[in-house]
This record gives sequence, structure tokens and C-alpha cells, in this order.
Amino acid sequence: MTTLPRDFWQGFRDGAPFFLVIVPFGAVFGVVATEAGLNIAQVMGFSVLVIAGAAQFVALQMMVENAPVLIVLAASLAVNLRMAMYSASLAPHLGQISWWKRGLISYVMVDQVYAASILRYDQRPEMTPTQKLAYFVGVAAPVVPPWYLATWAGAALGTTIPAGLPIDFAVPITFLALIVPLLRTLPHVAAALVSILGVLVFAFLPFNLGLLVAAVMAMMTGAEIERRLSARRAP
Amino acid sequence: MSFTTTQIWTIIIGLGLGSYLLRLSFLGLIGGRDLPEWVLRHLRYTAVAIMPGMITPLILFPQATGGTLDPVRLGAALATIALSIWTKNATLTIFGGAAVLFALHFTIG
Repeated sequence: MTTLPRDFWQGFRDGAPFFLVIVPFGAVFGVVATEAGLNIAQVMGFSVLVIAGAAQFVALQMMVENAPVLIVLAASLAVNLRMAMYSASLAPHLGQISWWKRGLISYVMVDQVYAASILRYDQRPEMTPTQKLAYFVGVAAPVVPPWYLATWAGAALGTTIPAGLPIDFAVPITFLALIVPLLRTLPHVAAALVSILGVLVFAFLPFNLGLLVAAVMAMMTGAEIERRLSARRAP
Repeated sequence: MSFTTTQIWTIIIGLGLGSYLLRLSFLGLIGGRDLPEWVLRHLRYTAVAIMPGMITPLILFPQATGGTLDPVRLGAALATIALSIWTKNATLTIFGGAAVLFALHFTIG
């Protein structure tokens, strides 16, 4: 138990650099959603109830185009289907903690928190479920509240972010910093390559479904190569 | 935008609730039960199966440049990969990648 604060603060330190991404991303959503005609309660409703930048932007874009309500929901939820994969991937690590804690942390299961946590669990298999939970909450702490505040600032203060700065690219940079350390075995590298090629090949599918097709193929590739490698080692 | 207040809140609450249920799904249902080895073997690759595919279009066809390859963003991506391998430290990589991005933006951008 005594290591729990340590795991929390380790998570906090590892989550802190995401601040660089979350703040501009949230602020841009606040600005764009306000300019699209949403009031501040509705803008905050998105960022507090949904906390998923990509899905929020898709919903907003389709609302601007006056798509039917059900189509807006279907398209933006499709973008978030990957969260179910994150949920499955976290279950072996966090499944043993009590149901209400699982219920609470599911709310903050965003890309950055998931990716940083799974990288840590991968590198420290000796962590107990409670230590893993403390780390997860630690990563979420500097990510989720700034997301609310940045959205509010964007909505309330309007467009004070200088135009033309390449802040859109903060997201790929943080994800690269999280993915590259995971590429330490042949199955991991193969899965990543299938993911990249798959998303390009299936780019024609609507609602971002190409990403899900590519992800399933990449998981099967990684699993199959791992199975063959271990079969060869232990005949 | 021509939505009523009710329609807007339907979208917000529907998307919020749906996203929450997707996040809770497996973590909530499976709980502490043991999963078969073949399922675990697939799940081990979730992160490397989704993240690279998610950022590939953002790197190769950034919307900010109208979907055409951009030397600033491509250069920053390559520098970030190199920094990650070299420093083995995510924080340094993120700050270094952002520094290269802005350096390229203000020189060749």
C-alpha cells in the first residue's frame, strides 16, 4: 500500500507532458464549437460528458453540416469504438479492482491515459492491480481537468490562439513518443506496420471504420506471429 | 446549424453515454475473470494496432495543409521517432519533437 502515492505521482509525471497537447486541442474545440453556434453549457457538456476530442470534432463537423441526429451520433460513436478495444486491453490489468472503481476510471479512459498506462504495465509486469490503478489515475490527473479548463477558456475567451501555428501536430508527436517504446519485438513491429498499411488501404470506408478494420488485422498479425515464434521455441 | 436545444442535448448526452459504455464495456463485464490465452495474445497488441493507424493520416495528409504532405510535419515526426529511440524518455521526446516542429515551422515552414 505504501507504494501507492509513488505510483500515482509516477503516473502524474508521465501524464504531465500531455498538457502540451490537451490545452491547445481543448481550446480549439471551445473556439470552434462556440463559433458553430453552441452556447457555453453545450460546449462544456461535450468536453465533460464525452471527453474524446476526435469524436467531439466529428460530431461538431456533422452538426455544422446539419446531418440528422442519428447520423451525427453513429459517426461520432464509430470514432470512439476504439475505446472498447482499450477497455478489453485494460481488463487483464485492472479487472480485479472493485466494480465502482472500474466504473469511475472508465470515464477517464482517453487515448493518452490508456497509452501511457499500457506502456507502463508492459514494462513493469510485477505491478499489482492497485498499483496499476494508482498509476492510471495519476496519468489522468494532469490530462482531464486541463481538458475542461482549456475548452472553457476557448469558449469564453474566443480565438486568441495565433492562426497558422502547427498545433494540430501535437497529437501525432505525443502518440509517437508512446508507440515507439512499444515496438520492441517482431510481433509488435509487424502489428504496427499492418496498422499503418491497413489504414491507408481501407481509407475509403466511411465513419473512420478503416481504422477499426486495420486495428483488428494488426492485432491478428501480432498474435499469430507471437504464436508461431513461441511454437518454434517450444516444440 | 439548425438544431433545437433538445436535439443538441440529445447528441451531447447520447455521445457521452455511448462513449462511456464503450469505455466500460470489457473492463466492466469481464472484471477479474481469466480470459483464454488466445484472447490475451490478441489484446497484447491493441495499442500498437490502433495508435500507428490513428496518426498515419495525420502525419501524411494533415488537414491543416489541405491534405498534402508537409515537410515541417513529416520532419517533426521523423525527429520524434529518432528522439524516442535515442533518449528512451517519453517526456524528452515530446518536448524535443515539439521544439523541432516549431523550429521547422519558423525556418522552412
